[in-house]
Amino acid sequence: MNWAAISAIYVTEMHRFFRTLAQSFISPVISTSLYFVVFGAAIGSRIQEVEGVSYGAFIVPGLVMLSVITQAISNASFGIYFPKFLGTTYELLSAPLSFLEIVVGYVGAAATKALFIGVVILLTASLFVDLQIQHPLAMVAFLVLTCISFALMGFIIGIWAGNFEQLQLVPLLIITPLIFLGGSFYSISMLPPIWQTITLFNPVVYLISGFRWAFFGLADVPIGMSLLAIAGFTGLCLAAIWWIFRTGWRIRS
Amino acid sequence: MTSIVEIRDLRKTYAGGFEALKGITLSIDEGEILALLGPNGAGKTTLISTICGITNVGSGTITVGGFDAVRDYRQARNLIGLVPQEINLEPFTKVIDTVRFSRGLFGKPRDDAYVEKVLRQLSLWDKRNARSMELSGGMKRRVLIAKALVHEPRILFLDEPTAGVDVELRKDMWDIVSDLKKQGVTIILTTHYIEEAEAIADRVGVVNKGELLLVEDKTALMARFGQKHLQIDLQDAVAVIPETLAAHELDLSEDGQSLHYCYDTRGERTGITQLLTDISAAGLVLRDIRTEESSLEEIFVSLVQEDAA
Repeated sequence: MNWAAISAIYVTEMHRFFRTLAQSFISPVISTSLYFVVFGAAIGSRIQEVEGVSYGAFIVPGLVMLSVITQAISNASFGIYFPKFLGTTYELLSAPLSFLEIVVGYVGAAATKALFIGVVILLTASLFVDLQIQHPLAMVAFLVLTCISFALMGFIIGIWAGNFEQLQLVPLLIITPLIFLGGSFYSISMLPPIWQTITLFNPVVYLISGFRWAFFGLADVPIGMSLLAIAGFTGLCLAAIWWIFRTGWRIRS
Repeated sequence: MTSIVEIRDLRKTYAGGFEALKGITLSIDEGEILALLGPNGAGKTTLISTICGITNVGSGTITVGGFDAVRDYRQARNLIGLVPQEINLEPFTKVIDTVRFSRGLFGKPRDDAYVEKVLRQLSLWDKRNARSMELSGGMKRRVLIAKALVHEPRILFLDEPTAGVDVELRKDMWDIVSDLKKQGVTIILTTHYIEEAEAIADRVGVVNKGELLLVEDKTALMARFGQKHLQIDLQDAVAVIPETLAAHELDLSEDGQSLHYCYDTRGERTGITQLLTDISAAGLVLRDIRTEESSLEEIFVSLVQEDAA
């Protein structure tokens, strides 16, 4: 393994993040606060409790997931698309680097940034509601795995994208709806039966359910299913990336 | 001289079916400056990109310092530095950071003293904290060279290093190249400026339509294709070429003031002595004599035209 190269990529990517630290830090704090004002105060005052948990606390895992997933995707996709756009990928391709090392560098940095945002949101949320975490280890594991798997997906999007519009397309048209309809702000048991069944085809449901279980011991689907879902998704992304680099698709002619 | 890059029957066809390289075989000697000359779209950049790992090898083999460029890509690429044709730099990154990044990519530990040495050599030290977007075009090109050199490669590929660069900067670039040669770096550059190849290369390779038409020592090439022109200015204009000089196939200028004689330096006899004797016998008085060598440009044009025919 060319560790020096991995760290060079990682450090450079993190440097970009720290250059805009205020922006990276403030925007999740503001958006989380807004969600609490709108969902927590305005709607929460009517819902009160979901399965014994105050509505304000209930939405925290979903809120964290929402930001972590979008951040992981946008950081990773931008991280690799930007060099592609500038034409600086020549350097990656002509360096003594394996594809694994490139992925570890870029995805590692994107996942770290997403994790940072996730922690910031949790801290912000703890100012608004009384948060209890029943299974802290599982919570950390879910958070880290989500950061990594969606950063992998973002990396694929960044390689695939031919322009900035395409870069936004998948997150906007697929990921955001899946997250919003994945039980971020409600329990799927609150839905009519037919929609409960349909919702089960949404992979994000399993993530949010598992994550919420780590907090409150409440889950829409069995925790084993959640673990299986995230492991399967990570495996799928890894396979896609392996194929991309084996064939040089959209990166090496 | 030992060869440092060996290319055997290299072929490359792009997905669209365009055959960019049609069986190139080339051996590059350690420490030389090789100029690859050819019109746009000849396959020069594809050749360099394939050696450096940016495009996949179609068929054939490339070895760099004895390492197979595909199988032992790590060892092979460690020996190579690449300066691309386009100026590709992250606009917001500082010069020193982007140069350090390049060193890291090649697995070398951080070495600030070496980075400083490279930046000073390229007159970039004062600009080390400038962001790429604040630099002039010439400075950006120097940054690209610094990035390519910072991992201490033995071979440097320069793809069109002086394309779109003004005359002064071009001379500057040539100085940098000859300095590097003194340090023992092997340099392969592509260019479509013939004067560039003429000015700095040891050997010249001519590439056209994906084929390497020839690779030859520059002076030998010039001599081999060297047609020379002799211009003889006369004291008094003549209306026609005297009968006694008919055998020499001379041309007379419009004003009748000068005679032109074309000869081949490759020939055993150039015929100059006989010509001058005959001119003197014809009673013509000479005012001046000039010779002119054909440039690499003329050689190149004739080669490419032959190839097209």
